[in-house]
Amino acid sequence: MRDFFSAYRRELIASGVLVVLLSVYLGTHPRGASTYVLTIWANQCVILGLVAIAQFFAVIVRGIDLSVGAVMALTNTLASHLLDGSAVAIGLGIVAVLVAGVLCGLLNGALVVFGRIQPIVVTLATASIFVGIALILRPTPGGAVNYDLADAITLDLFGVPTALVIVAVLVFAFWLPFRRTGLGLGLYAVGSSAQGAFQSGMPVTTIRLAAFSLAGLFGAIAGLFYTFVTTTGDAGIAPNFTLNSIAAVVLGGVLLRGGTGSLIGALIGAFILKTIAALMFFSGIPSLAQPLFEGMILAVAIAIGGADILRARNRLEAFGR
Amino acid sequence: MMTLTRPLPSWINLEALLPYIGTLLLILGASTAFPQVLSLDYLTQQLQIAAFLGVLATGATIVILLGHIDLSVPWTLNGAAIVATAMAGSGNAALIALAIPAAILFGAAVGAVNGLGVTILRIPSMVWTLAINSILLGLAVLNTGGFNPRGESSALMSWLATGSIAGLPVSFLFWMAVSLALALVMTRSGFGRYLRSIGYNEKAVYLSGVSTRSVVVGAFVIAGVCSALGGVLLAGYANQAYQSMGDPFLLPTIAAVVIGGTSILGGCGGLFGTIGGVLFITILNSVLSVAQISDAWRSIIFGAIILAMLLFQTLRRGGRT
Amino acid sequence: MTDLPTPIVSIEAVTKTFGATVALKDVDFQCFPGEVHAILGENGAGKSTLMKTISGVIRPTSGVLRAGGTPVTFKGPGDALRAGFVCMYQELSLVPDLSVQENLLLGAPGSRLGRLDRSPLATARDLLDRIDGQDIRLGAKVSDLTLAECQQVEIVKALIRKPKLLILDEATSALNASVVEKVFDLIRAQRDEGVAVLFISHRFHEIEALADRISVFRNGQRVETFPNGAHDYAAIIDMMVGQRIDELFPAKRSLPQDAKTVLDVADFAWQPEVKPTSFTVKAGQIVGLGGLDGQGQSRLLQGLFGLLRGTEGTLRINGAPIPTTGPKAAKQANIGLAYIPEDRKADGLIQDQSIMENLDLAAMGRADLAAGDVALYAGSLDRLELKHGGLDLPVSSLSGGNQQKVVLAKWLALAPKVLLLADPTRGIDVKTKTQIYTLLRELADAGTAILLLSTDYEELIHLCDETHIFYDGAVTRSLSGDDLSAQNIIAASLNIPSDGGVAHA
Repeated sequence: MRDFFSAYRRELIASGVLVVLLSVYLGTHPRGASTYVLTIWANQCVILGLVAIAQFFAVIVRGIDLSVGAVMALTNTLASHLLDGSAVAIGLGIVAVLVAGVLCGLLNGALVVFGRIQPIVVTLATASIFVGIALILRPTPGGAVNYDLADAITLDLFGVPTALVIVAVLVFAFWLPFRRTGLGLGLYAVGSSAQGAFQSGMPVTTIRLAAFSLAGLFGAIAGLFYTFVTTTGDAGIAPNFTLNSIAAVVLGGVLLRGGTGSLIGALIGAFILKTIAALMFFSGIPSLAQPLFEGMILAVAIAIGGADILRARNRLEAFGR
Repeated sequence: MMTLTRPLPSWINLEALLPYIGTLLLILGASTAFPQVLSLDYLTQQLQIAAFLGVLATGATIVILLGHIDLSVPWTLNGAAIVATAMAGSGNAALIALAIPAAILFGAAVGAVNGLGVTILRIPSMVWTLAINSILLGLAVLNTGGFNPRGESSALMSWLATGSIAGLPVSFLFWMAVSLALALVMTRSGFGRYLRSIGYNEKAVYLSGVSTRSVVVGAFVIAGVCSALGGVLLAGYANQAYQSMGDPFLLPTIAAVVIGGTSILGGCGGLFGTIGGVLFITILNSVLSVAQISDAWRSIIFGAIILAMLLFQTLRRGGRT
Repeated sequence: MTDLPTPIVSIEAVTKTFGATVALKDVDFQCFPGEVHAILGENGAGKSTLMKTISGVIRPTSGVLRAGGTPVTFKGPGDALRAGFVCMYQELSLVPDLSVQENLLLGAPGSRLGRLDRSPLATARDLLDRIDGQDIRLGAKVSDLTLAECQQVEIVKALIRKPKLLILDEATSALNASVVEKVFDLIRAQRDEGVAVLFISHRFHEIEALADRISVFRNGQRVETFPNGAHDYAAIIDMMVGQRIDELFPAKRSLPQDAKTVLDVADFAWQPEVKPTSFTVKAGQIVGLGGLDGQGQSRLLQGLFGLLRGTEGTLRINGAPIPTTGPKAAKQANIGLAYIPEDRKADGLIQDQSIMENLDLAAMGRADLAAGDVALYAGSLDRLELKHGGLDLPVSSLSGGNQQKVVLAKWLALAPKVLLLADPTRGIDVKTKTQIYTLLRELADAGTAILLLSTDYEELIHLCDETHIFYDGAVTRSLSGDDLSAQNIIAASLNIPSDGGVAHA
């Protein structure tokens, strides 16, 4: 039990914050905790949550992916062409969108691993390419999506927002089992100590490639979900989501130095960010002051995370491992 | 940087010359299809425009040499522009005269906050400067009410951005002066040495009895001032400050520094290469626009060429990681 | 070992170079099933390179590696593991952010990237208990463990992979004697089941207790292989060093009666890792700090240099009280402290920069010194006979020994009153060692107070005038004169009375 608390301390703190924020939000919302309110909230949170998961997979192996937003834009614009028509066509379309995301991630990974370029620079450049492709696919926002499917995915199941069901499936059917595989373990090992992982016989190169591919896959899932929520394709969404994905993983307790954090933490971080934004909307804070508040909350949250170092008694600890 | 008894100063190496060669090839290549590229008018205009990116990239180089990154460039720039135009547009002679110094002071203050967060709280600069950027955005929104800020540039600001001396744009001369001043600081004082050494290995520098904190804070202050100067120039060019005027500059700034041969991990590289990187990116952008290539393809070509240059760099460095 | 079976591992004419450094030179070596084969040699003799070659971490520059008689090329440790070669590394292979059980499962055979087979965990628990690891919880994070606990986990991690060849590279350096004995029982049991064991240790009595055969390495070459007991301690040392011990160290001198105290440490503490400690260093004296790893001695050095917050007690240099605020203050002329860190590669030097840029880094912050002037360093560099192809070459082009000379010269340029050295000769060749010893003695004679932390007993005995042995944060014994012997150092390190217990050491 005590190991559980120490291992998941960051996630537990973040989820505590989320619960408080959400209660305040639902308490102050004029329409209260209705399915309608929850569904809209959940959709916004899950979009960012999925991008944050993409970012998480890059960060956990001590990388960073500045192209997650661009992958999302690319897959969103692609999906806006492919998600209409017969059930088979839509099914194939979804597969195509996911494959596109994985290929984007694989390209990033290959450039990092084989091209030996720093992830931050690689993804900066590939982001430009992905956004370009997205612009070709959708020069201006538009497109059509099968409304029945979009409704099914973005409304609710027996009063529970479908988005939350998706998250639950993701966590219980994907993440928890994945965490118990060699690859799931290997991601952490490579991010925490690539040398240790290598000496333990882990295929470090493959693991890095897999991490960036997973980032691409989740960027595509985010793009797909965004398409269902907005029913349009928009090539201009990249920058905002990229920056917010970094903020989300950091808030969720994922350390940028790699090896620490979890997919659940990334989700919680994204939920916190979006809940704050939603809360602001009904909070009575003048709308002009809201961006400032959001920024300050982000800065304070990050600063609290860094405050540990002030207690360090060995001055060398500041320089990390 | 050692200047013992070598035929060439060590800051001129192939790594730093690469973007100059690339620029030259671009101009010559483009001139076969678009002869106007070789005209004096066109080239001086490029120098004028390059200066905006150039001043920003100068500051970014200092921070990247340190192994850090400053993502607060866009709204530091924007904030400084708002401060300067508000004062210049006040009609009060004293305030008009103080417009540029006030903008510089603003940039220095932001830089100090960036530096203190990075050194004292040890927050990764990528996250901390991102948070500061969103606070600055919030401040700007609160201050201007979400509309384009009122005010105008002073005569001095307009002259700096659009004037010319002996056929050369003042903005270009100003950029060169800033680069030269910083290059002198870098080579003639311990600061430059410490900067690179910290970029390679901060702990070893600290253990050698150097106050690495003050070096890091100093570097962020310089970067903040450079961002502010960029804002002053841009506001002078547009004769106003406007919302999100800095956003398009962030990624090209980093790209220019990296293409100029400065390692994103810190330590190696320098201002000479950055100037080449800035020229390359400016000309590349301009040639793509002269060629009337669509935004989408410009973005793709831009990303691909940056990747190609980076791959070439790592290939040249051989097996070194 | 009369009729030799097929060796589990054999290497033929293997050479390994790192840049200019030759780590292994044309080495032939074999290890057979059912034997414990000890590898002896000084730091830098090539032992670890040999182990890393066999375990697939590095690939030989030339030569053949055979597993069970068949030539193999290992692309990485994964290949070696599948061949049954399991290594327990000196610089541990544990991943700090993962739990003990996750580390045990990491890369375990049969479940590389797929679903993890958790069945070895029961065995692991049992093995941990058998080597006094009852307190190590499988769920604990490795970064929360002590070095000794990490070594216990590392040993178990190696054993549950069911090795055919088990390589132990300084596997027990942080463990106390009773745990070591239990680990040895496990290793003997493995050997009796036909496992080949390669064993590297600096503790001679451990090798005597465990090894069947011994190979001695020096300067990247195998000098001799012989059955345990064929040569006595002195002969083996001579083989390792290539010369007699008393030639290595400069003669000690008797201290003049009126030698003044340079460094005076009074009740210096950094709770709980360093308990109140008092000692002095007089002009002309070299004072040693010994003990097992992590007993507070390296923290004490860091504290004196101002790297620790919240230290207690007083520190005087030439009678004047000194604040401990950090390296920048410590290096100024009015204080005059210099600190040679333990990890010279990572903490002492900036590998990507030139020799000159490394030399002047400490002097640059001193207004009274012309840091850019080569003359400032020339004296020490000449005395240490630094071999280099030009001061503007990167410091990484130098061998380990020459790199340490650069670190020393960098600090000696400041003419420190007190020199704090953290294990300065670890992993350095014999010639450089003697040069450093001579220099330290000369500096001491010239009035510099020298405080030397060392993991090498010979240094503590033959170089130091007085040695303080640490155990659990406090000095358990201060040894000087005839008391300064290996037996007494070992006994004090383990905090047991020196007249019993470790007679065979």
